[in-house]
Amino acid sequence: MESNVMTVPQMNPKSKFSFKTTGKALLSLALAAYAIIQVYPLFWLLLFSFKDNNEIFGGNVLGLPEVWRWSNYTSALTTGDVGVYFINSIIVTAATILLSSVMLAATSYAIVRMYWKLNNLFLTYFLIGLMVPIHATLLPLFVILRNMHMLNTYWSLIIPYVAFALPMGIFILTGFLNSIPRELEEAACIDGCSIYKIFGKIIIPLLRPALATVAIFTYMNTWNELMFANTFINSEKLKTLTVGIMSLAGQHTTDWGPIGAGLVIATIPTLLIYVLLSDQVQKSLIVGSVKG
Amino acid sequence: MQNLLGDKKAIFLFVFPTFLVFTVIIILPIFFSGYYSLLEWDGFSNGKFIGLGNYVDLFVNNTDGFTKGVKNSIVLAIVSVGIQLPISLLLALILARGVKFEKLYRTVYFIPVIISTVVIGQLWMKIYHPNYGMLNIILNKIGLGFLANEWIGNTQTALGAVFVALLWQYVGYHMLLMYASAKSISTEIYEAAKIDGANEPTLALKITIPLMKPILRVCVVFSVIGSFKAFDLIYVLTNGGPLHATEVPTTIMYTSIFAKYQYGYGSAMAIFIIVECLVATVIIQRMFGKDPVN
Repeated sequence: MESNVMTVPQMNPKSKFSFKTTGKALLSLALAAYAIIQVYPLFWLLLFSFKDNNEIFGGNVLGLPEVWRWSNYTSALTTGDVGVYFINSIIVTAATILLSSVMLAATSYAIVRMYWKLNNLFLTYFLIGLMVPIHATLLPLFVILRNMHMLNTYWSLIIPYVAFALPMGIFILTGFLNSIPRELEEAACIDGCSIYKIFGKIIIPLLRPALATVAIFTYMNTWNELMFANTFINSEKLKTLTVGIMSLAGQHTTDWGPIGAGLVIATIPTLLIYVLLSDQVQKSLIVGSVKG
Repeated sequence: MQNLLGDKKAIFLFVFPTFLVFTVIIILPIFFSGYYSLLEWDGFSNGKFIGLGNYVDLFVNNTDGFTKGVKNSIVLAIVSVGIQLPISLLLALILARGVKFEKLYRTVYFIPVIISTVVIGQLWMKIYHPNYGMLNIILNKIGLGFLANEWIGNTQTALGAVFVALLWQYVGYHMLLMYASAKSISTEIYEAAKIDGANEPTLALKITIPLMKPILRVCVVFSVIGSFKAFDLIYVLTNGGPLHATEVPTTIMYTSIFAKYQYGYGSAMAIFIIVECLVATVIIQRMFGKDPVN
């Protein structure tokens, strides 16, 4: 040991040092390379959304646009109806989040805090929903909605989306409610609050962070949902972004610019939410995995 | 307090709407699906009860490539567990042990997960475009032009091409789950092991990975079930084509029901997919055994 240090007194620490830095450099390089693999396709999408076919088919597939053609965006929004799809997506998603939040808060509160015999049974029943794949319900829902003449309405999407938001929401909210102390409710009770006042004035504000997590989770599923949206809606006026953009791309298979613009428009809200709330988004999806 | 929280009217008001929507939209349809699967039914005239006939057709008189679809989804499950999860794990382990720009990388790797599958499908369609797609152009630029291909138009490469896009989309998701789990391991354990002379790979193999067992199991379950249920991206990218090369059970189910009006037959596929997922979940849970006691 000692002789070792004696014979190469300077070489040893130095070589160890450089080995470590090379390793670290390689690691950084690999991480950066993977980051490029994950985002470069999206960057490329952004670039071609500003080009026209002459430019793309003329050979400038990878480079920056020669002219930034904002007109692709205006034509996607107007002639391509992306604006209409966008508004439909907002209506369906907002209604789903709003409705499901109210139902989830009320039901989770009743299950965790109120006194009745069947609360655990109902909790188990709702959590079964976590296991059900939407494929198994697609055709029966289609038949039900058809018989009720509800196909091609906003409700044909909102109601199923709300239903599928329930199991995960109840899972998250009941867990959260279990950890809240009862003192506030007791104080309000002594002050003579009604149960509805306690729920509205005390519980809803307390639940806000958990509801935000659930809302983000619901947003992701609703904004991006394809199978129901594609089956229950075929009226051009009611299509959501996912379906609308797919049919847009089907009609103009060769018009890369406006299609690209449509794809970018569909992505912007999600990316904005992600940039602003990335920790919250990641947290809500981690929570969502606990069910496995 | 007792009276207030035992208010039966309030409980009913709080629970009943949720119960109703949940039951009508999620629970009852499963039973309907099970019933439809026993019928020969085009959705308009009255269905004819044929017992398990549809299930026999799925595998015996196989004409629409259902067995091929099942095979494809199993291959996808194997690829997901064998390639995607190791990549995710590696990235998670590196990030969790702390590197420069840790948070930036974590955020960037996760981006494809949040983007709509329709957008990702359309994007990869363009990436794979034989003449103007990014992939072939880059191959040409770096002198590998001989590898250029029609990718999703060629029956030989279509399945692989679809799988690459699918894996790309979800690496970040598994990475994030594993990262969160690895981060939650107390640093004291590492300190102790380091004093005993363990290096980074040993730490990962002997401490981090064993303690991550619960989340690894979740990831395996999600990968396998996700593969059995895969629909959106394949539907957008190839819709099962060319010549059924990329067919999976859900795409065949969708075509059977909404293009061929074989409601009973399609429902049998839906039931098959549910059972397949349940069986896979149970088997994987068993394989992983009990959680380590923390």
